[in-house]
Amino acid sequence: MNLNSLTLKEAKKGLLSKDFSSVELTKACLGQIEKYDKEINSYITVCNEEALKQAELSDSKIKDGDDSPLLGIPIAVKDLYSTKGIRTTAASKVLENYIPQYDATAIAKIKNAGAVILGKANCDAWAHGSSGENSDFGPTKNPWNKNCVPGGSSSGSAASLASDMCIASTGTDTGGSIRLPASFCNIVGLKPTYGRVSRYGIVAMASSLDSIGHFTRTVEDNAMFLNVTAGKDVFDATTPYIAVPDYAKGIKNGIENLKIGVPKEYINSGMDPVLSDLFQNVLTEFESLGANIINVSLPHTEYAIACYYIIQPAEVSSNLARYDGIRYGNDRSYFGKEAKRRIILGTYTLSAGYYDAYYKKAMQVRTLIKKDFEDAFKNIDAIVAPVSPTLPWKLGEKVNDPLKMYLSDIFTVTANLAGIPGLSVPAGLVDGLPVGIQILGPQFSEEMLYRVGYAFEQKTKHYKEKPKL
Amino acid sequence: MEPVIGLEIHVELKTKSKMFCSCSADYFGHEPNTHCCPVCIGLPGALPVPNKTAIDWCIMIGLALNCKIPLFSKFDRKNYFYPDLPKGYQISQYDQPFCIKGDVEIKIDDKDKSIGITRVHMEEDTGKLIHSTVNGKEVSLVDFNRSGVPLVEIVTDPDFKNAKEVKVFLQRLQQIVRYLGVSNADMEKGDMRLEPNISLRIKGEKSLPKYKVEVKNINSFKFVEKAINYEIERQKEILESGQTPEQETRGFNEQKGKTVSQRSKEEAHDYRYFPEPDIPPIKLTDLEIDALKDNMPELPDAKLERFKKEYLLSAYDSEILTREKSTADYFEEAVKIGKDHNISPKQIANTIINKKVDIVNVLPAELVKTIVAGTQTTQIDKKELEEIIKKVLAENPKAVEDYKNGKENAIMFLIGNIIRRIGKRINPNQLKEIIIRLIK
Amino acid sequence: MKINISKVSKLANIILTDEEKTTFEQQLSEILNYIEKLNELDTKDILPTSQVTDLENVIREDKTKPSLEQENVLSNTKSKHNGFFKTKAVLSELL
Repeated sequence: MNLNSLTLKEAKKGLLSKDFSSVELTKACLGQIEKYDKEINSYITVCNEEALKQAELSDSKIKDGDDSPLLGIPIAVKDLYSTKGIRTTAASKVLENYIPQYDATAIAKIKNAGAVILGKANCDAWAHGSSGENSDFGPTKNPWNKNCVPGGSSSGSAASLASDMCIASTGTDTGGSIRLPASFCNIVGLKPTYGRVSRYGIVAMASSLDSIGHFTRTVEDNAMFLNVTAGKDVFDATTPYIAVPDYAKGIKNGIENLKIGVPKEYINSGMDPVLSDLFQNVLTEFESLGANIINVSLPHTEYAIACYYIIQPAEVSSNLARYDGIRYGNDRSYFGKEAKRRIILGTYTLSAGYYDAYYKKAMQVRTLIKKDFEDAFKNIDAIVAPVSPTLPWKLGEKVNDPLKMYLSDIFTVTANLAGIPGLSVPAGLVDGLPVGIQILGPQFSEEMLYRVGYAFEQKTKHYKEKPKL
Repeated sequence: MEPVIGLEIHVELKTKSKMFCSCSADYFGHEPNTHCCPVCIGLPGALPVPNKTAIDWCIMIGLALNCKIPLFSKFDRKNYFYPDLPKGYQISQYDQPFCIKGDVEIKIDDKDKSIGITRVHMEEDTGKLIHSTVNGKEVSLVDFNRSGVPLVEIVTDPDFKNAKEVKVFLQRLQQIVRYLGVSNADMEKGDMRLEPNISLRIKGEKSLPKYKVEVKNINSFKFVEKAINYEIERQKEILESGQTPEQETRGFNEQKGKTVSQRSKEEAHDYRYFPEPDIPPIKLTDLEIDALKDNMPELPDAKLERFKKEYLLSAYDSEILTREKSTADYFEEAVKIGKDHNISPKQIANTIINKKVDIVNVLPAELVKTIVAGTQTTQIDKKELEEIIKKVLAENPKAVEDYKNGKENAIMFLIGNIIRRIGKRINPNQLKEIIIRLIK
Repeated sequence: MKINISKVSKLANIILTDEEKTTFEQQLSEILNYIEKLNELDTKDILPTSQVTDLENVIREDKTKPSLEQENVLSNTKSKHNGFFKTKAVLSELL
């Protein structure tokens, strides 16, 4: 087995027992990038020198007995995360030359945990998109089928991990931007509870919805990663003082008698029939693990996209107002089409006379959607649902139809509106393309999501399937 | 024609740090762009965290202006583009400010007038623009040191009828915030900025005029009346010619002594307010508001009343002494020292007021020493003095009776008699005090 | 629903080409029509959710920390002069 395809847990074990060095591990990842990323296009910036330097440093720390949680582990970082001294573009030409003077809190934590940053991963510009095609640095391709999209917006983070170009990667999820690419690339992706991981230093898309998460090969890896990034940050007023447990600890406790809800609105919604069949198999697996499957209703689901496509562009229009080209970056003429579209839509819905009809109305509907989940979680422990109503689509298929593109978020935006966590786990292949499921729970229930995800993963082992590059 | 004037006043707070980040708020006179961080220059990803002291002080200003303090409040984004506004929005408060519905009493020609306070809210200051020519090209230079400094906006009801009322109110407000110790409120330095909204209506009419003109750039106390009076005259002329003045923002030009049109208000002002998603709302309890009230320093009105009662000073003297908190503090310090030297509060007040004492350079103890020296020639035994006074009073019952009936002059007659009896120079004020005490 | 694209783009400080104006107008009206869906719901007595985890009173003490060095503040700009950011002259009458 190649070093670059190890799980985080395996890599950590190998490093600590000195089976291989961080330099070797890092070189293996960089080699894979060199070999395949011309085609996949999952990185905007690769930090060869810095990464190797960091790997060397990690090796000497390992020698000194340091066992920091991510010590020597090469990771890819979505290019929305500010990295001090490393170009951070948000995949937009507006920031093509922007070099941050500070690290995002999540970056500081990852660095502090010893990680080696390989580079900055491609994504939809400003995280606007479900396919990765909105990047000003070219679309990322799905490693499973290079004619298909890898899912977005965290396209490069997912594709680079699925192509063994890193051991883990970071992403952001405002309406599904971690769960969808995780699902399309056969990896594990977590959208944590809103505020569980600090947003400080990560280019803002829609501030009331943005969740900061990550991709790993396995559920346990994912829990280990969250142990590093989660927690209160004094620089982000929306992170609460809620204790951070050891997310990996109870992961193997099983799901016997756990009540798992299946929302009928997610099943009866014109899903691709092959995917419906696969989802029925998933439920059978859960039953065989001892869980009780319970039908639930989230009655306001059908309003979620409308609600989301008011709140999100409104906040986008305000968050992108700072890019005026005076203090950094290029001027506003460098915005791509999708950013312009969202800025115009958001500016319109917030403008005089429309605020009550749009933004306020959407924030009220958001309350109803949030309440749907709260009501459901009174009777169940977790929800299992599909991530996407379709398989990964062809590059170019939806680029000229924004509404159609927006509707691909139909199963994912609800978690962002309700602020709840969602874990996307591989659920098998259809026509050679990966399909994921998402496990949703109440706010700050990540521990339980990992327990459910782990049980399913260990039973099915879909994560072991790898694309042929 | 009758002017209708309402005010928007910005007061910059003198907190240690800025409103939403930990950069020093003490920016005045520093090198450009040296008090800046990712938050206050709006770098991608930076987030605001509000300053507790600034919020407390904003509420204290509201309380001092007799405002109601709602238990729920939040920040909002005010969206507009300008090179000095780094985020493309200003964090401000829209529909749920910290303080609403207050009032302030001012005295105009010895008559009390109440000015309604619409609201007091918290926001952040912008950077500073300097217009300059670099290599022959007109440019604007931007310094973000001021960006994010806490700013309190006070909005009054349109209760003012003329420039003088505005000036008196402004002095009053300046006095209050200085007493609270939350701002230097120096107009010349920009700590306090006035933007009056001015319009005219036919005298006696109740409804507000259909237009209003906002005047900006009044950067000094001495131009307040001038700018407002100019604007009133300008509008009067337009109205008298049968037209309606345009609703707009005008800037006051100091050199020309005129207001100049700036931009059409309706077009530029679509601020697209929405709740600031980066800052959770602020909830207060009555207990917390009471605690803020209890921690507030004594305000000018209360101090004035106390001076009258505690030190037996006239309203006039008390008013002068309490005008500036520093003077009032100086006076009280001197009174404390004076007590040990038999110097009365009145003597100290007289000296401070009449001799225009330099309170910055003369220590209170030195002041008392000077007063003592001035009264030294009259060292006679207290008992002896009282005996003489009692005698004179007994000999002149009519004068005593007259004084009791309010004839102030009668006491001068008595003092004259006493001084003649003693045959030495003596401080008449000291005599006066003893006489009054003995008569009572 | 039709957006006055020219007016909104001015407010948004975005310059659009005529072609963009035409496509956006059509695409955005389609999206707005879809959004109209929300009007099916009666939200009269529903409180809006803007802070989804119900946090409140998150504040910091009034303490200072060192700022960035001036050269770092200015490190990403293309246009500076004597420690200032330099930009197109803003008409002084707009002040």
